[in-house]
Amino acid sequence: MWDQILQFLFTGVTVGATYALVALGFAIIYNASDVVNFAQGEFVMMGAMCAVFLYSGSGLPLPVALLLAVALTIVLGMSFQRFAIARARGASVVSTIIITIGASIFLRGVALLLWGKDILAMPHFSGETPIQLGRATLLPQNLWVMGGTGVMVLAVHYFFHHTTLGKAVIACSCNRTAAHLVGINVGLMMLIAYGLSAFLGAMAGVLVTPITFTSYDAGVMLGLKGFSAAILGGMGNPMGAVAGGLLLGLIESMAAGLISSGYKDAIGFVVLLLVLFLRPSGLFGKASAERV
Amino acid sequence: MSQRKGFYLLTLLVVLLPLLFPDNYFVTVVAVSAGLNAILAVSLNLLMGYAGQISLGHAAFFGMGAYTSAILTTKFAWNPWPAMVAGMILTGTIAFFMARPVLKLKGHYLAMATLGFGIIINIILVQAVGLTGGPDGLGEIPTLSFFGWQVDTDLRWYIVIGSCMLLVVWLALNLINSRSGRALRALHGSEVAAEMMGIDTTATKTGVFVMAALIASLAGSLFAHQQSFVSPDSCDFFFSIELVTMVVLGGMASTYGAVFGAIVLTFLPELLVVFEDFEVMIFGAILMSMMIFLPQGMFVGMQNLLQRLTHRRSALPGEDPNEPA
Repeated sequence: MWDQILQFLFTGVTVGATYALVALGFAIIYNASDVVNFAQGEFVMMGAMCAVFLYSGSGLPLPVALLLAVALTIVLGMSFQRFAIARARGASVVSTIIITIGASIFLRGVALLLWGKDILAMPHFSGETPIQLGRATLLPQNLWVMGGTGVMVLAVHYFFHHTTLGKAVIACSCNRTAAHLVGINVGLMMLIAYGLSAFLGAMAGVLVTPITFTSYDAGVMLGLKGFSAAILGGMGNPMGAVAGGLLLGLIESMAAGLISSGYKDAIGFVVLLLVLFLRPSGLFGKASAERV
Repeated sequence: MSQRKGFYLLTLLVVLLPLLFPDNYFVTVVAVSAGLNAILAVSLNLLMGYAGQISLGHAAFFGMGAYTSAILTTKFAWNPWPAMVAGMILTGTIAFFMARPVLKLKGHYLAMATLGFGIIINIILVQAVGLTGGPDGLGEIPTLSFFGWQVDTDLRWYIVIGSCMLLVVWLALNLINSRSGRALRALHGSEVAAEMMGIDTTATKTGVFVMAALIASLAGSLFAHQQSFVSPDSCDFFFSIELVTMVVLGGMASTYGAVFGAIVLTFLPELLVVFEDFEVMIFGAILMSMMIFLPQGMFVGMQNLLQRLTHRRSALPGEDPNEPA
C-alpha cells in the first residue's frame, strides 16, 4: 500500500511540477497586465512541438533543438503581446479573454497545419533506465522535470525580488502610470513578462514531453489545469500558483490511483470548487475588499 | 432602432428566409443550429451582459436538458414533453443550489468555478456509461409531435426552433424592461449601490442564473430531439466558450447582439470549410482581430457607428429640431 502511495507521489509531483510552471506563467501575465491568458497551454504545446520537429525533422542535436524551440516560443509570446494584447488596451476582461482564446485556436490551427494530428514522441534526456526507490520506480526524466521546475521557480523568485528589471515589472503591475512617471519603459516590461511566461510554458513542454508525448491539442487541458492551479493558489500570488500546481498534481494522481482514473480530472475540479466556496480568494490569495 | 421595430425585423427575417430559399442547406440545416445557438446566447446574455456574471459553463445546463430528454425517452420510453419538463426541473434545481455559493465569487474566480462545474458535468456524462452511453453518446431519440403534427422534416424543425427563438427573444426583451430587469442592470453597475437601493442582490442573481439555466435546458431538449442523437462533445468546455464568444462578439448587454453573434459564429465555420486545412487557423485569427478592432462587439459597435453618423448629420446647424430657434 505505502509503496503504491510513494509511486503516486512521484507521478503527482511530476505532473504537479508541469502544472506549477503553467500556473506560474498565468500568474505572471495576470499580474503584469490583468489578462487571463487562455493561450498559456498553447505555449507548452508550441515549445514541445517545435522541439520534436527540430530534433527529428531537421536532425539537430537534442540540446540545440530544445534551446531553439524555447527561443522560438519566447518570440511567439512576445509577438502575441505586441500585436494582440497591446492593441486591445482598454478592452473589457471578457473581451481580452476572447482574444486569448482566439490566439489559442490560432496557434492550434498553425500546429495542425504544420505537423498534423499525430501524437509525437521525444527521447528522454538521459536514458530510460528506471531508478528503484523502495518498491517504487522513477524515470530519470521525472528528476529532470522536478529539478528543472525547482530551478526555474527559484530563478523567477530571484528575478522578481532581487533584480532591478524584475522589480520594474512588478512596479508596472502595481501602478502603470506611476511606473511610467519614474521612467520605466512599460511596453518593454510587458514584453518581458509575456516572454518570461512563454519561456516557462515552453520549458514545461520540453521537460515533460518525453514522458507524456505531445500533439497539436495537448495544450488545452494543460492550460485549464494551469488556470485551476493559479486560482487554487490565489491569482496574483506567483508562489501560491506554484503550490497550487503541485497540490493539484498530487490530488489528481492520488485520486487516479486510489479512487478512479476516469474521474481524476473531475475530482481535481471538485476540490477546486470546494476551496473556492470556502475561501473565495484561493488558498494563498489575499481577500480583497470591494471599493465603492 | 427601437426594441419593437427590431423584433418585427427579426420575425420578418425568420419568416422570409424559408419562403425565399426553400431548399437551401444554409436555411434548413445551418439556420436551425443558428436558432438553437441564438436561444442559448440570449439566455447567457441575461446572465453575462445584463447581470454582469460571467459563466464559462453554460453548456453544462444545455447538456443536462439534452441528456435528460434523451435518457427518459429512449431508456424509459417517456413521452418527449414530460421528459422536457423533467429536464428543466432537474436543471433548474441544480442551478438553484449552485447559484448561492458560485455567485458569491467574482471575476476570474467566478469564471473558474463555472468552468470547473461545466467540466465536472461533462466528465460525468462521459464516465457514466450505463446511463449516458459514455463517449459514444445516445442515439435514436424520438422526434417531437404537436397533437399529431410530427416534426420530422428539416423545414418543420426550422419552424419549431425559429418560433422558440422568437419567443425567447421576446421574453428576454420584456424581462430587461421590467422591474427585475432594471434590478439586474443596477446590480451590474454596482452591487453595493444596488443593495443600498433595496434590491435583494442574492435573490436577483439566483433568479437570473436559474432562468438562464432553464432556457438552456429547453434548448438542450430541443437539440436532442432535432438531432435524435446526443454525445458529450455537444456540450463540452469548447461549446461553453463558443457561447461566451457569441455573446461578446455580438456585443454584451444587447439581446439582438447575442442573436447576431450566434448567427455569425454558426455560419462562419460553414463558410470557412472551403479553406480546408487553414480553417482552424483562420477562425482563430478572425476571432482575435474582431475583438481587437471592435472590442464592444460587432453588433453594438456597428450600431454606435451608425448612431454617430446619423447624429452628426442631424447636429448640423439649423437642422437640429431640438435647437431653440
